[in-house]
Parts: sequence; C-alpha cells; structure tokens
Amino acid sequence: MPASDSVMIIGVGNPERGDDRAGREVARRLKLSRFAKAQVLETEGEATTLLALMEKSAVVFLIDACVSGAPPGTIRRVDLTHSVLPEARYGVSSHGFGLAEAVSLASSLGTLPRRCVLYAIEGRNFDVGAPVSPTVSAAVDDVVSSLLEELDAHDQNRHQTCSSA
Amino acid sequence: MTRKTIKVDLLARVEGEGALKIVVRDGKVKSAEFNIFEPPRFFEAFLRGRHFAETPDIVARICGICPIAYQMSAVHALENLLGVEVSGPLRDLRRLIYCGEWIESHVLHIYMLHAPDFLGYDGGVQMARDHGAAVTRGLQLKKVGNEILQLLGGREIHPVNVRVGGFHRAPRKRELRPLAEKLKWAREAAIETARWVSTFDFPERERDYIFVSLRPADEYPFNAGRIVSNRGLDISAADYDAHFEETHVSHSTALHSHLREDGGSYLTGPLARFNLNFDRLSPLAREVAREIGLAATCRNPYRSIMVRAIETIYACDEALRVIETYEEPDRPFAPVEPRAGVGYAATEAPRGLLYHRYGLDAQGTILDAQIVPPTSQNQACLEEDLLDFVGGFLHLPDDDLRRRCEQTVRNYDPCISCATHFLRLEMDRS
Repeated sequence: MPASDSVMIIGVGNPERGDDRAGREVARRLKLSRFAKAQVLETEGEATTLLALMEKSAVVFLIDACVSGAPPGTIRRVDLTHSVLPEARYGVSSHGFGLAEAVSLASSLGTLPRRCVLYAIEGRNFDVGAPVSPTVSAAVDDVVSSLLEELDAHDQNRHQTCSSA
Repeated sequence: MTRKTIKVDLLARVEGEGALKIVVRDGKVKSAEFNIFEPPRFFEAFLRGRHFAETPDIVARICGICPIAYQMSAVHALENLLGVEVSGPLRDLRRLIYCGEWIESHVLHIYMLHAPDFLGYDGGVQMARDHGAAVTRGLQLKKVGNEILQLLGGREIHPVNVRVGGFHRAPRKRELRPLAEKLKWAREAAIETARWVSTFDFPERERDYIFVSLRPADEYPFNAGRIVSNRGLDISAADYDAHFEETHVSHSTALHSHLREDGGSYLTGPLARFNLNFDRLSPLAREVAREIGLAATCRNPYRSIMVRAIETIYACDEALRVIETYEEPDRPFAPVEPRAGVGYAATEAPRGLLYHRYGLDAQGTILDAQIVPPTSQNQACLEEDLLDFVGGFLHLPDDDLRRRCEQTVRNYDPCISCATHFLRLEMDRS
C-alpha cells in the first residue's frame, strides 16, 4: 500500500510527436525547478505501465495532451476521484491503449489512487518531429503554476489534518 | 455481382497505426490488405555515420515493447563483425533480459490485446469489469518482466545498460535474489494463464505454413542458433540475404519479406519457434503444453495465444535457472576493438525473427545498416491468412465478420511501428 501522503506527478506523452509532449514538458519544468514536494515522473503512456506507476502513490496528478475539439492550449482539470473522464482522445499512445484506458482499468480493478487529478492540455499538432506549439507551451507554464498552488494547498491540508489529529 | 468490403480504418489493439481492407465478390474473398500507414522511421539511415558503440541505445528506440530484441540483434551482429564471443555469466544475463522482455510482451498481448477477442469484449478495459481477477494476474505477471528489464537494463523502457561485448554494469548476486521469489510466483501465474487461455473457443482453421525460426544446439532460441525452417532451410545469419528478400508494396510503408527460392511467404514468431523447437522447451513448459492440448506441431494461428502462454512459462523457468546458477563475472563486458567488415545476427523478438546486418569502417563508423523486423517478415503470411480464412467466416453478421478479421491480424501481435521501414527512392537525373 502506498504511504497515505505520497504524491506523484506523472507527465504523459510521446516526446517525438509535437504537442503530445505537453505532459512531459510539465514534468521537465517541475524537475528543472528542483521541485521537491512530489515525485515527478515521465512516461510514454502505455496503460499497464501507467497503471503500475499510479499504484505507487496515494495522490496522483496526471498531465497529458488531449484532443477534444477545444482551442489549442485549453486546460481542463478533472478530479478523477469524483468524476469520470470526459469524451476526448488523450495523447498519441501506442496500442490505442493509454491514459484513458489506464484510468478506466484502475477504476474497474479498484486500484485508482485515493486522490487522482488529471490536467489535460488541448493540443493541435501531433506530427512526428514537430515542436510543441507556442499556445500549448504557454499552457504548460499555466499548468506548472496550478500544480504548484495545488501542491501547496495539499500540504497545508495535510498539516492541518496532522495537527488536529 | 454481390460485393462486400470489410474496412477497418484504424485497427485497435495492435502496436502502431494500421488498417485493414478485405474485398469480397460473389461470396469469395478477392483481396486482403493489411495497411501500414505509419511514417517511415529512418533508423537504418540514422545509424550511418555513427560509432558502433552507440548502436544499442539508438536501436532500443525502435520499439517501446521489444527494445531488448533490437539491442540483442545489434550487439550480436557487431560482435560477429568484431570477432568477440560473449560467454559464461554475461551470455546468461543476456538470456535473462530476453526472458524479461518475452514475459512483458507476451503477457501484455495475451491479456490486454488478444484475450478480449476470444471472450467477446471490445478491449481489455471492458474485459476487466467481468474478469478482474484474471486481468490483475496478467498485470502482476507483466510487472515481473518489467522488473527484470529495470534491473538489467537500467530502466523499463528503452534500457541503457546493454553494450557491445556485454553490459555496462553486471548485477550482484544479491540484487537478483529478490527476483527469484517473484519469478516463482510468475511461473505459477503463467501456468494458470496457459490453462485459462486453453478454455477459449478457437476457430478450427489451419494452414501449411513455412515456419522459420532460430534453432540453437541445446536451448530454446533467444539470441543464437541457425536459421531453420520446416522445409529444410538451415543457414547461418550471414546467409540471410541470400535466402530472403524484401519488396515494397504500394499499400504499406513496411516491406514484405519473401523466400527468394520460390517467392513464398513464411511465418516467424511463437508458433514457428514452438513447432521447430518443441524439444528445446523446459520439461515443465512441455508438460503444460501437452496438458492444455498443444501437440508438438500446431498450425492453427488462433492458438498462438496458447503458445505465447507456454513461452511465458518457459521464460519464467529459464529466468529462474539463470538466477539460481549466476556467478558474478570478473568484468561486465568483453573488450572490443573496431575493425572494418560486415557483421550479421538474428535473434528471436517476441513476435519473431529479427535480422540485423552492419558494415563498419576501420574506425568503427557504421557505413551501412539493415534491420528486418518480424512484422515485415510476417506481413505477406498475415495477408494470406486473411485470404484463406475469411471465406470461412462470411456467413457471420458484418460486425462479427469484422471482429474475426481483426482477430486474425492480432494472432500475429504485429508491431507496426517497428515494421515501418525506410523507403528507398531512386531518382533519374539524366
């Protein structure tokens, strides 16, 4: 069983396919800022690997690119512990078996982390070898800021819970 | 004239991006095309001009599912060229890392990609709702394969510890010990897997395939052996190009491989390995094969899921043998010095025979690389299966017929992304 306060941030995506790199860019920027409040990981998004990673922490933040028809750079935050994934195609994972399937599978098997939040960044260009689009890159910065705030809040809640216990 | 076209624009539950088109006229299957439309990957061109020592890390990127197969074929081909023989514990460690990859790849295919075909689900997620215990077993089993890769390869995806001559670092005995306990559980889980898949309902379809695989002198094939067939072929990897040729077809970015002798297709992969090396399986794997009704020869490609389960038992068994007999080597790699020449090797990727050829100059720079992945080799055979079998399913309603066609493709566990090849372009500038 994962420690009740362990936090993991997982950036998902294929680094070679344009905006699909968005989730991994978030992870990289957090790593560069010597962020120490959570374990930060990157993965290409194969569902079983993702599932195994999610099992290791009680609180997991997933960051992935998505295609839903919204303008590029749109950020969606979905608390997966309370709601299901909206209809959208996440990432460009192989097998067509990626983040959405990993979350559904964890849900079916009862292994979803106690708290699981998805940040999805709408992408535009998923061509092989393409760079991350400027609008998506700006959204990556916004997600980094949101995550830092969210982690601070999580920390405060935890301290309050601890001190009141 | 009645005409029916079965078209699957984006084939689900295969590695990579592909499609399927079958044309039926007057109740007969007229054509079957397995379309690969991923862009070319250019790996053979990337390698030119690089130092040979970089090869294992570059080719590992060809596939996220079977990077070890690419690394092993590459290092063996380069060692063949450089006159290096890797033996003893380092050779055993190479078998161990291959076991990890087979467990990982076979289990993913069995549980998440192929089993839903037999149990009537759209995918592994839907199947998990009714078969949670089985799916959990599969995920735990796959994880043991991942752990072998993590330990020996340095990381689970795109491992970095393999080098020409051996490994950058060899594990300590005590590091391998915890894996043994997990592998004992995994071996039991693999046996349960074999029993589980043997209860599936298999279409009774067979073809008289030309099976091609490696056959070593005294072990089930991973890294070594002669390339043999059930029609008398028996050659070394150096003679591969003399017996096999690749041709380009308009509907695919993957080349189609044929036997030069009669232009015929051939089958590589679990079914071919099993049929040509049944006597090389461990006693336990052979015993379970017999128990679940697999004879020494199996020509039914739908039963390949059973063969994958048997090979998973073998991989667990072999991994345990290596761990139990492991002695730490004096150094993690044999020394290598560059020299000019051409080197050849074939190994057994989970999906089948993988052939590599490299040409080097005296400084060790790669002049030429050829990589023939199993999916390219199997593609002609896969299309012939569709042509041959689909006629027997034409009475089914359209949705069921389409599913049967997709299942026929998934028998092969095609790895489309690795099959995409550099397309040679000849320009006449006169």
